[in-house]
Amino acid sequence: MAEDTSYEWKPVKGFALSGLFWGAVSVLIGLIISIQLWKPELNIAPFLTYGKLRAVHVNGLAFGFAVAEIFALSYYMVQRLTRVPLLFPKLAMVQLYIFNAAIVAAAVSLLAGMTQSKEYAELEWPLDIGVVILWVMFAVNIFGTIIKRKEEQMYISLWYLIATVIAVAVLYVVNNLAIPVGLFKSYSIFAGVNDANIEWWYGHNAVGFVFTTPILAMFYYFLPKSTGMPIYSHRLSIIAFWSLVFAYLWTGAHHLVYTPLPDWIQTVGIAFTMFMIAPSWGSVVNGYYTLAPDWSQMKTNYLAKFFILGITFYGLQTIQGPTQGLRVVSQLIHYTDWVPGHVHMGTMGWVAMTVGASMYYVIPKVYNTEIYSVKLANTHFWFVLIGQLIFSITMWILGIQQGAMWKAISPDDGSLSYTFMESVVNNYPYWKMRTVGGLLFFVGLCMFAYNIVMTVLRAKKIPAPAGQGR
Amino acid sequence: MAGTIYKKPILFAVVVTVGILIGTAVMMVFPMLTPQMHPKLQNLNPYTALQLAGRDVYQEEGCFYCHTQTVRPLKAEVMRYGEYSKAGEFAYDQPFLWGSKRTGPDIARVGGKYTDKWHYKHFNDPRKLFQGSNMPSYGWLADRQVDAKAAEARMNALGFPYTKEEMAALSDKTKLDALVAYMQSLGHAVPRKPRPPMIAKGDMNPLAGDMNAVAEGKKVYEMNCAACHGVDAKGDIGPDLTDKEWLYVVGPVGDDTLFFTIADGTKKDMEFEGRRAKGGMPSWGEFFGKKKIWSLVSYIRSMEEKE
Repeated sequence: MAEDTSYEWKPVKGFALSGLFWGAVSVLIGLIISIQLWKPELNIAPFLTYGKLRAVHVNGLAFGFAVAEIFALSYYMVQRLTRVPLLFPKLAMVQLYIFNAAIVAAAVSLLAGMTQSKEYAELEWPLDIGVVILWVMFAVNIFGTIIKRKEEQMYISLWYLIATVIAVAVLYVVNNLAIPVGLFKSYSIFAGVNDANIEWWYGHNAVGFVFTTPILAMFYYFLPKSTGMPIYSHRLSIIAFWSLVFAYLWTGAHHLVYTPLPDWIQTVGIAFTMFMIAPSWGSVVNGYYTLAPDWSQMKTNYLAKFFILGITFYGLQTIQGPTQGLRVVSQLIHYTDWVPGHVHMGTMGWVAMTVGASMYYVIPKVYNTEIYSVKLANTHFWFVLIGQLIFSITMWILGIQQGAMWKAISPDDGSLSYTFMESVVNNYPYWKMRTVGGLLFFVGLCMFAYNIVMTVLRAKKIPAPAGQGR
Repeated sequence: MAGTIYKKPILFAVVVTVGILIGTAVMMVFPMLTPQMHPKLQNLNPYTALQLAGRDVYQEEGCFYCHTQTVRPLKAEVMRYGEYSKAGEFAYDQPFLWGSKRTGPDIARVGGKYTDKWHYKHFNDPRKLFQGSNMPSYGWLADRQVDAKAAEARMNALGFPYTKEEMAALSDKTKLDALVAYMQSLGHAVPRKPRPPMIAKGDMNPLAGDMNAVAEGKKVYEMNCAACHGVDAKGDIGPDLTDKEWLYVVGPVGDDTLFFTIADGTKKDMEFEGRRAKGGMPSWGEFFGKKKIWSLVSYIRSMEEKE
């Protein structure tokens, strides 16, 4: 097709590779802090302590990896789905340079202890302004390209992208409102209980609109593309989309169960959290039925394997999450290592698998070549799968033990059965096991990075014959 | 037809925006406009300049990733940490620092639980006090001065009252001093209810003379008490337990006094048999129960006898 040549792939390539780099660095930091937990001598003050590195790990993966890949794959999908080139390709390249500079500044500032101390919103106010500028650039290109589109009907993935662009903007701006004191420090304009409520309205929806909706956009686009099977039910995807977008914003208070937050907010939050199972599983079922006519692809097509396992972890995540919100479960597992187990099933399972598969599909397309090694991609799959399972399952077991030890009361005299330190000592074997899981995951990720880099390098050396470019 | 919305991106974006704003309005904006989200307990005080500087250090160092500051209204939790947290305790917290993970214990009620000396020693090397602890050492904070100039701007930004003398006093304070001051400020706005006494006044040790109790007491001592009173019980952060002096007065004390000191801890100016405590002994009643405390009393008595 003639129009193919006019697509703008440079920003796609730039963001995809930047995200890969920041992702690998941030997972490595995650591995280091997992060791610091059982080997405290590895805390090297003042910059390389757990309290600093954890922030770099989380922000590096949320902003450096996830947001970069969201930019990359959104710019790919939006051009394909609208059948027009990106409206402002130069703007996207400027955005790429600012983005990488911002990630460096973010890492340095977090290591220096400049933090707003709100989870997922640690970055200080000058960087917040940078993030907003980057997001506006993204929004202009996405909306501009959609408005100029040649394809009248907007496909499901575009719905999720539009929701992502809008929701993140609202959430990020409100939660980061602060009183600056100098260039490197600020105080939240909100206080106490109200601040907590706003933070988790934000925090939970950061998960929703960074780790869910854009990833679903990828899932709905790249699963059919890489398997050749159309999405099973358009109607189901409509129901799932609107109910998810409506209900997500109600749920943040499940992070504050049994805190001094007014009970009615907790209860409404929990109720909507339970409801969220429906839209989440709408997408899960849609994914399974899409591949159902040809399950043999699970053996023959490595991308199908990634996507189906990815959506499986999304399904498990969205059952486990609402369960955790219930007061009876929360009282046992809240504040324990169960929670990082939960979070990492979502990120290492659902997000990393879906983004990884999408990149395996996109990189050869934009570089006009084939993937370097399918065999290596298969090995990558097993390493990240097993690594993630070891991580999550270990943490779930540990979390239940911690919760049980904290609440255990001796039947003889009604005293607490364990001091806090006794529960800490119990953690060490599990924390070491988690590091093993993390190491496997990191090795898998390195295979992925190597595969992508080799694909790119080979494409540069041997240009594919003319006419093959898609 | 409803299907046309998928052909109209601007209309679509508007509907999505309205969709997300409904939940936002009900769960976030509406509560913010009501007084229930802005309560303040009567005896809650704003942070002093030193305490705020300490709170800033707490934020900088990412302490909130491992320590929570909210006690849930659950039986075991109230026993372990103290009275559950009230909404009105956090009016001066910008941002709130409730945290989401307890790799270390909750510290909402840590203020006054230990002495300053305990905190310095613990920050310096947590494993000196708790062998199995995985907390990083923060002794290096003692080499960092508090930035007095920044402190004034920060107090002004939050609108907290301060005096000139208070600001001047900051100039020779370290970040560790500030952090300890912040620790000691936590959780005082709620009165700490005294627990009903676990034994009656005048009760004698029912395990007296039981050698098994001495052995059991020694075990409990080594795990929980040696960190402060020394492995040989000759005293360190806490006083010597082998001598004849009790609460700074030489002379015998009853079993019940020993029991109450261990079970309820000491607060400044608390009275035990006419002796005045200086405070700093944490309460252990919730953790040990009667039998273990009496065993400890047996063990302490056995050391006294050796003298």
